[in-house]
Amino acid sequence: MPLKRVVITGMGAVSPFGRGVDTLMTALLLGESGVRILPELADIRGIRTRVAALVPGVDPGEIPRKYRRSMSTMSVFAALAAGDAIAQAGLSGEQVRGGRLGVSIGSTIGSPRTTQAFFDDFRTDNSVERMKSGVFFQIMNHSCAANVAHMFDITGRTVAPAAACSTGSLAVGYGAEMISMGKQDFMLCGGADEFHPLTAGTFDIMNAASIRFNDSPERTPRPFDRDRDGVVCAEGSGILLLESLDSALRRDAEILAEIVGFASTSDPESIANPNAANIALCMRQALLDAGIGAAGIDYVNAHATGTELGDIAESEAIRSVFGGRIPTSSLKGNLGHAMAASGALELAASVEMMRREILLPTHNLDHVDPLCASVLHVREVIRRRVDTVMKNNFALGGVNSSLIIRRFRQ
Amino acid sequence: MTNQEIIGRIDRSIAEEFEIDPEGMKPEKTLFQDLGLDSLDIVDLVIVLETAFRFKIREDEGIRKIRTLGDIHAFVIQKKNELESIPR
Repeated sequence: MPLKRVVITGMGAVSPFGRGVDTLMTALLLGESGVRILPELADIRGIRTRVAALVPGVDPGEIPRKYRRSMSTMSVFAALAAGDAIAQAGLSGEQVRGGRLGVSIGSTIGSPRTTQAFFDDFRTDNSVERMKSGVFFQIMNHSCAANVAHMFDITGRTVAPAAACSTGSLAVGYGAEMISMGKQDFMLCGGADEFHPLTAGTFDIMNAASIRFNDSPERTPRPFDRDRDGVVCAEGSGILLLESLDSALRRDAEILAEIVGFASTSDPESIANPNAANIALCMRQALLDAGIGAAGIDYVNAHATGTELGDIAESEAIRSVFGGRIPTSSLKGNLGHAMAASGALELAASVEMMRREILLPTHNLDHVDPLCASVLHVREVIRRRVDTVMKNNFALGGVNSSLIIRRFRQ
Repeated sequence: MTNQEIIGRIDRSIAEEFEIDPEGMKPEKTLFQDLGLDSLDIVDLVIVLETAFRFKIREDEGIRKIRTLGDIHAFVIQKKNELESIPR
């Protein structure tokens, strides 16, 4: 059975810069930071980081109550981004509802805010008598995917891949494979997450959260920089509408990019620490999947979160696969780390870089760490046409993912 | 609490929880057809009333007969009267 080609025809973003891919790109082009001081973190014992990148200016009220009652904040982000992706793709109601559109959207965990609210109440008197009907639908693992399917009357497959920081990329990769195999014609793919001290605390206790820039939040995280000191947690959602090329051509849709390669590897060496050899393996497998050599990649959009170990491992891996001349940057210096949303948000920005013929730099990369110097870091906005981009994401739990997108040509 | 005060509290609580225009809160309105509630909302309606009036009604047979907002008014007023007539 010949595999179908898969293209991207719609994108939606809810990011620390607000709603919309254009909003995201404007902020990235201006070199802005979405990181802010979060004063309430000071009230939590044991947590040292005081900064995060939260989503501003999103109104959940624009979602009808009937759908919103089963949504936590992360599902609201996913639903708004999904709606924007569908709108950009220009799908008809029949195409959305007809069974050929599926959903592949994940989050790190179900809503931590709703989970906390439930247990706060539950523990007062060991009672579920005050539990509203929407609670479960907000904390179930496939909450974002199910809520998106429900809101838009989608009747195709619903899957909710979960692999922490790799979630968004995995959701896109698996969605692309379903279209490639002909199981669906369209897939809404991506990830969403909402900020909670649980996430920031998780990185903090492992000494992997940024804690030295609490008074100057815009200066952190600092991917690949010698003064980097860890992750800054963020929130949001990135959703891409994937479609078979046949379908996109048939309905004369604008094709934003083609997905030509995807790979995911498991790293059994450590549940927490990245491993350069396994990351390199993942990238090589993605190249094999795309049927291109390393020289066929024009730019790498790195996972690079600003941790001591992760940035070094990824730099080494990129050098081992591509040599030292591949332009590379990470968008987490602007965005922070939006966890399950990060892969899809960064993929959307990578698509736009190709379309706008620019390369965005790594924000806060003032002095390249000598241990990360083995790649060609993008240090300022570069006007350059790139045709093929690799997008990396590597997750706690040892799940690696690499996607390859290409400028569409017949 | 007078019956009118009880009705006022019921209407405010329901309007707030289910985001219904208070102007539309008329006793003859049916919960499903007119006010747009569904079976999940009824689960939450019970909690809203239990919280507002500090009683337990989930197991009460009378709930199953409720069709309109006016039925809720009558049910809650009767329930409160019953509870207040029980010697403490």
